[in-house]
Amino acid sequence: MAYKIIASQCTSCSACEAECPNVAISEKNGTFVINPKKCTECIGHFDIPQCVAVCPVDNTCVIDNSFPRYQAPGGAA
Amino acid sequence: MDDSSSFDVVAAEPLDDIMQKIAEHKGCGTSSDGGKASCGSSDGPDDMAPEIWEKVKNHPCYSEEAHHHYARMHVAVAPACNIQCNYCNRKYDCANESRPGVVSEKLTPEQASKKVLAVASTIPQMTVLGIAGPGDPLANPAKTFKTFELISQTAPDIKLCLSTNGLALPDHVDTIAKYNVDHVTITINMVDPEVGAQIYPWIFWNHKRVEGIEAARILTERQMKGLEMLTERGILCKVNSVMIPGINDKHLVEVNKAVKSRGAFLHNIMPLISAPEHGTVFGLNGQRGPSAQELKALQDACEGEMNMMRHCRQCRADAVGLLGEDRSAEFTTDKIMEMEVSYDLESRQAYQNAVEQERLAKVAAKKAEMETLAQEDASDLKILVAVATKGSGRINEHFGHANEFQVYELSSSEGAKFVGHRRVDLYCQGGYGEEDALETVIRAINDCTAVFVAKIGHCPKDTLSAAGIEPIDQYAYEFIEQSAIAYFKDYLARVKSGEIVHVARGDADIRQGAFIEA
Ligand code: SF4
Ligand code: SF4
Ligand code: SF4
Repeated sequence: MAYKIIASQCTSCSACEAECPNVAISEKNGTFVINPKKCTECIGHFDIPQCVAVCPVDNTCVIDNSFPRYQAPGGAA
Repeated sequence: MDDSSSFDVVAAEPLDDIMQKIAEHKGCGTSSDGGKASCGSSDGPDDMAPEIWEKVKNHPCYSEEAHHHYARMHVAVAPACNIQCNYCNRKYDCANESRPGVVSEKLTPEQASKKVLAVASTIPQMTVLGIAGPGDPLANPAKTFKTFELISQTAPDIKLCLSTNGLALPDHVDTIAKYNVDHVTITINMVDPEVGAQIYPWIFWNHKRVEGIEAARILTERQMKGLEMLTERGILCKVNSVMIPGINDKHLVEVNKAVKSRGAFLHNIMPLISAPEHGTVFGLNGQRGPSAQELKALQDACEGEMNMMRHCRQCRADAVGLLGEDRSAEFTTDKIMEMEVSYDLESRQAYQNAVEQERLAKVAAKKAEMETLAQEDASDLKILVAVATKGSGRINEHFGHANEFQVYELSSSEGAKFVGHRRVDLYCQGGYGEEDALETVIRAINDCTAVFVAKIGHCPKDTLSAAGIEPIDQYAYEFIEQSAIAYFKDYLARVKSGEIVHVARGDADIRQGAFIEA
């Protein structure tokens, strides 16, 4: 479950990489990518996804619909 | 200013000699006595405390006079930012702050420090390293401070500086002090959150995106606090402001007072640079930048309050070289990584000593000329003149090769005072669009009575004269200020005798677009 980065819009500024509480973001071939296995949509850490909040380009860090929504351990959310 | 007029006037060759020696044989036996040029005399420090002048005199970005002689470089290690400015599009090189976009090369701290050593070994006048982006250096504290650490170990004579939007500044003041960073530039465009809300759509703060007036309120509080903390610790602080007509132009007088009262030593008001193709909010919504006259009027209004800086070229953050010159193409990452670098402190200092000699000679020449001016009939007349120069404080550039002109204001009371520079497209571009280019040059210096050049062709000479700008080549390769004062004396005499009539000049354009060496 996860967010993803629209590569064509990413400026490679790296701001999201430093903010992700799960170290889910890294640089690949010049742009940044989210590892869906690590992304928890920031649930349990922050009220809003950090990558979305810090990204200078609107609608670049978005929900990846090809995964089911993240379920917090214990079944809440 | 003290009156040490007892130094020897030296010719220009020692600089070339030393460059030659350095080129031929690194570390030749040029003797150096520690590099401490005992220079209490200059035409810059009148209203600065001596200890501040001592710190800034070799800094090309801070001392108007030093920028003729010394070079700075920036390295792009800090891509992330924590706020959004309406004049910034982080995809492209930012024309307003010294900030490259992603098109510029991003470096790791290790690559950056290698690059600094390579450049410093090749260009002995390189005395300052700055980190200014592409984003905010303090939003990338690990990379920024790692770079400083590496450089301070290998090249301890290089001054370190950084530029920040100030949001994270209070958290890092102690680290800044620890690495001996002696200059910090904060970009402060407002002290009133209502004004700020029109410049900053949002900030990233405490893991949230904060918008509107609340965002601007937090930002201004953090900026003021950071500024106070730095000046308390004796770290020099310069403030940059972007002048945005209709939004903060009048308000910047308030900003000037606020930053002065908190100990900023220099205020640099820069024109907004904005064009639709930059893709910034201001570029797209048609927000215009100020004209040359509007900018100068605001700088003059603030000048009584504190030192104003007028020579900032809004250079790209990864630029290398003297201000107005960019040699970054010689120092790409690939080239640096192959270079064998041996850092040679001694020849650097020998070179810098020779520069000091030349500066003293220049100041002496100006002073002597100024003394004769004082004896002439004083006049309230003030005129602007443009100068084609490639550095060293001399009129040494061909009109057609100039990509910028320096502008001096001439008056009986102050002699020749540097008030700014105008970027132009190269007039001489090998044939195409020459007419248009000449017109651009005239528009850029239209407020000037004369233009001083080392050389100029007949055709542009006639066109300039027709536009009411007197082309002057009789002072070729002479010192700028001395020549300008001599010209002014002659101008006053001609007005007095009725040979010419003094006419007030019009306004001039500020070229839109980042300064990138052609
Ligand atoms: S939503 Fe949160 S956890 Fe997921 S990638 Fe973005 S910052 Fe990381
Ligand atoms: S914050 Fe946005 S633009 Fe910057 S690297 Fe992450 S996805 Fe790309
Ligand atoms: S602080 Fe600098 S990098 Fe950040 S948005 Fe403003 S101009 Fe751009």
